[in-house]
Amino acid sequence: MLLRHTTDEIKERKALTVNPAKTCQPVGAMYAALGVHGCLPHSHGSQGCCSYHRSMLTRHYKEPVMASTSSFTEGSSVFGGQSNLVQAINNIFTIYNPDIIAIHSTCLSETIGDDLKQISQKAKEEGKVPEGKYVVYANTPSYVGSHVTGYANMVKGFIRSFAINTGKKTKKINVLSGWVEPSDMREMKRLSELMKVEIILLPDTSDVLDAPMTGKHEMYPKGGTKLEDIVEMGNAKATLGLGHWCTNDAAIQLENTCKVKFTIEELPIGIRATDRYIQALSRLGAVSVPQSITDERGRLLDMITDMHQYLAGKRVALWGDPDILIPLTEFLVDMEMKPVYIVSGTPGKRFMKKMEELLSEKIPEAKFKNGLNADMYLMHQWIKQQGVDLLIGNTYGKYISRDDGIPFVRLGFPTIDRVGHSYFPTAGYQGAMRLLEKILNVLLDKQDAECPEEKFELVM
Amino acid sequence: MSQFLTERLSQIATKNGNEYFKIACSKPSLAGSVSQRACVFCGSRVVLYPIADAVHLIHGPVGCAVYTWDIRGALSSGPELHRNSFTTDLREKNIIFGGEKKLEESLNELIDKYQPKAAFVYSTCIVGVIGDDVEAICRKVSKAKGIDVLPVMSEGFQGSKKDGYKIACEALSKLLGTSDSIKLGKYNINILGDFNLAGELWMLTEYYQKMGIELLATITGDGRIEKIRNAHRASLNVVQCSGSMMHLAKHMKEKYGIPFIKVSYFGIEDMSDALYEVANFFKSNELLEKATQLVREEVKDLMPALVEYKKKLEGKKAAIYVGGAFKAISLVKALRLIGVKTVVVGSQTGNKDDYQLLADLCDEGTILVDDSNPNELSDFVQKTGAHIFIGGVKERPIAHKLGLGFCDHNHERKEALAGYEGMLNFAQEIYATACSPVWQFVRKEENFR
Repeated sequence: MLLRHTTDEIKERKALTVNPAKTCQPVGAMYAALGVHGCLPHSHGSQGCCSYHRSMLTRHYKEPVMASTSSFTEGSSVFGGQSNLVQAINNIFTIYNPDIIAIHSTCLSETIGDDLKQISQKAKEEGKVPEGKYVVYANTPSYVGSHVTGYANMVKGFIRSFAINTGKKTKKINVLSGWVEPSDMREMKRLSELMKVEIILLPDTSDVLDAPMTGKHEMYPKGGTKLEDIVEMGNAKATLGLGHWCTNDAAIQLENTCKVKFTIEELPIGIRATDRYIQALSRLGAVSVPQSITDERGRLLDMITDMHQYLAGKRVALWGDPDILIPLTEFLVDMEMKPVYIVSGTPGKRFMKKMEELLSEKIPEAKFKNGLNADMYLMHQWIKQQGVDLLIGNTYGKYISRDDGIPFVRLGFPTIDRVGHSYFPTAGYQGAMRLLEKILNVLLDKQDAECPEEKFELVM
Repeated sequence: MSQFLTERLSQIATKNGNEYFKIACSKPSLAGSVSQRACVFCGSRVVLYPIADAVHLIHGPVGCAVYTWDIRGALSSGPELHRNSFTTDLREKNIIFGGEKKLEESLNELIDKYQPKAAFVYSTCIVGVIGDDVEAICRKVSKAKGIDVLPVMSEGFQGSKKDGYKIACEALSKLLGTSDSIKLGKYNINILGDFNLAGELWMLTEYYQKMGIELLATITGDGRIEKIRNAHRASLNVVQCSGSMMHLAKHMKEKYGIPFIKVSYFGIEDMSDALYEVANFFKSNELLEKATQLVREEVKDLMPALVEYKKKLEGKKAAIYVGGAFKAISLVKALRLIGVKTVVVGSQTGNKDDYQLLADLCDEGTILVDDSNPNELSDFVQKTGAHIFIGGVKERPIAHKLGLGFCDHNHERKEALAGYEGMLNFAQEIYATACSPVWQFVRKEENFR
């Protein structure tokens, strides 16, 4: 057994993290920047950081992931990374010719005190930034928050750099998409189109990280939020942020600089959260909900009622990002499943508060933790103490799944051992149906494989 | 894309007759490049991680631990401790006030929990900057817990992955010569630089054992602390992946007088040489005879099978871009054996000697490149009309987008590619990817507009 070293005896840990349920900021900044058209993410630090983030995103999407690095040396870590970054900006525009360079910092460049604002200004003054091209930045120290924080910071960086209120209000609604898959972003757009609400989605990795095979390698695929649209966000009627961790800061930034009022909802995962997304679009866009969306919702409810007996009372362990875990927990409870163990390495007080709201009455036995030492090891120890019927989370759950024979649905970043997440959404009513299908498949497959012969059934 | 940075031009060359071959290498990557290279920490981490009965604690922010968590597929026949991810998860307050206390507590918690044979502590970029005395903490914990706690001073910014190899070797060298618990047989060797990806080391072990040779320590594939402690007692070091392990081999030669030979296990020719050279080293007719017999038996069925692949693959062209140049050399030979011509070959960390060897080996017109990037590689494969790309995780999707077959010869290989069985797997994999029916649906002409 791979995790045979894990025991059920939980000793308080003060320092050590074992098998983390989070990663560091820069990878989130890189992912967010890939969702802007013609943008090259740039990692200001040692070249390993950039290489790791590209590898991780490549493993998750099975797609080329382009990003450049300042390639720090011993010298730059002593004397500062300014000359590396100015040279990098020059080289990038000369050779890779993006429209935008989106710089994010690393633990190293943050700690030695590189000022990204001042350095990008200097590069501009020295004429390293060609006419009509842009450099944006986000501070993403790896020792603060998690990968989710890096995503939020980069999105905020785009807003800060580009959104302008020209005084000419449009009817458009800004939707800040939160950290979801390209498929989910596509689904958010599809739903808003059905609603006839014109939205600007930022970021948008569809047609970037799910690009078709054409026999050509496009350094800048056709997808991604267009620069002019980000500028236009300053004139929008309202902003709808999806997921508090990922979108709150950017929404506030936009209100402060461009006076665009905002609402934050959970990511549209499950019935209620999708209801809230649809209602928010309806309210902000002053439109009614079309029958086709009502029908989608109806089909989801139909599926749940048909299969409810296989779901009720099943104990579930889940881990990952708070913005996904909160609506997911809500969805599971709505299907009468029991999310009993929930872990997120990403800090933030809202997590515990929301989980208490969702669970304290209905599932009083539930255990949940986020932030320091909230890791996969703790989750596994809880499972060793009392088992679960289902695991939902990123690929790192596969060790537990195998060792303890627990059905496992992959969801969240990173998913590096299965495909599908980039093509088929989890968001929206249809996404919920897919999620439900996956849950039922693993539960019923296990039942079929392991139940006593006399209990084996053809019809389920 | 046919424009390259002028600074990069010296690192790209085309083979042209027997003229003196010039290529610049062992240079830091250019700032702003989409380099495929990683950092010092990565180098140290991948080299040491297969030691399965030790704990590997990453001292730094969480990312460095997550990105190196069980990524290499280095298999163990026993303990699986190495497949966990341990980190001090440094936070802002640790950066301000120092991380030494957290390191010490983490180490204590870790050692109490797992009772490992040894602990490796990796220092990351930030630790180098905030100035934690990692070595002192390691000494202190080592004394308190009575096991070796080895600092690996692998701050990422010091250079590239290759520099990390050297630092890993330095950490290993501290273990050498500290035990003589293992009973020695007649012929003892250490295997250096095989990481037991897809169980390749187990195949090699079988070959050598069939010859009557015992493997004292395998460094680091399926590695064990006690065996490494005993490694100074072997008669010979057999070194593969010379980029990562030459430093240790040289150290062992100087300090313990153990000679070494450089080998490769990829392809029939190199694999067989690896067996013969060991037999020759011991000047034993018996060993040589057994090796000859083994090779004869292995090749008997293999050659006809390869001929079939060769028929199907004749005329196909390959591009190679891998971490170490030594591997590239074997790959060129192995490809030739199955009728595939190498038209582009490059590495992240090759040195002048490696590139000279490559140039001697390659056909006219082959493009050689050091520390390349996706744009250059795309350009090269299109120019040369390559059908197959051999590389690692970051090159795979680019190759596929371009409509090329792909073989992972790096961390993510799923089949053993070393040894005789591995050669057959390699041929099968190259054939499957180059001749996949999916390519008929891709409009290739778009490549060459």
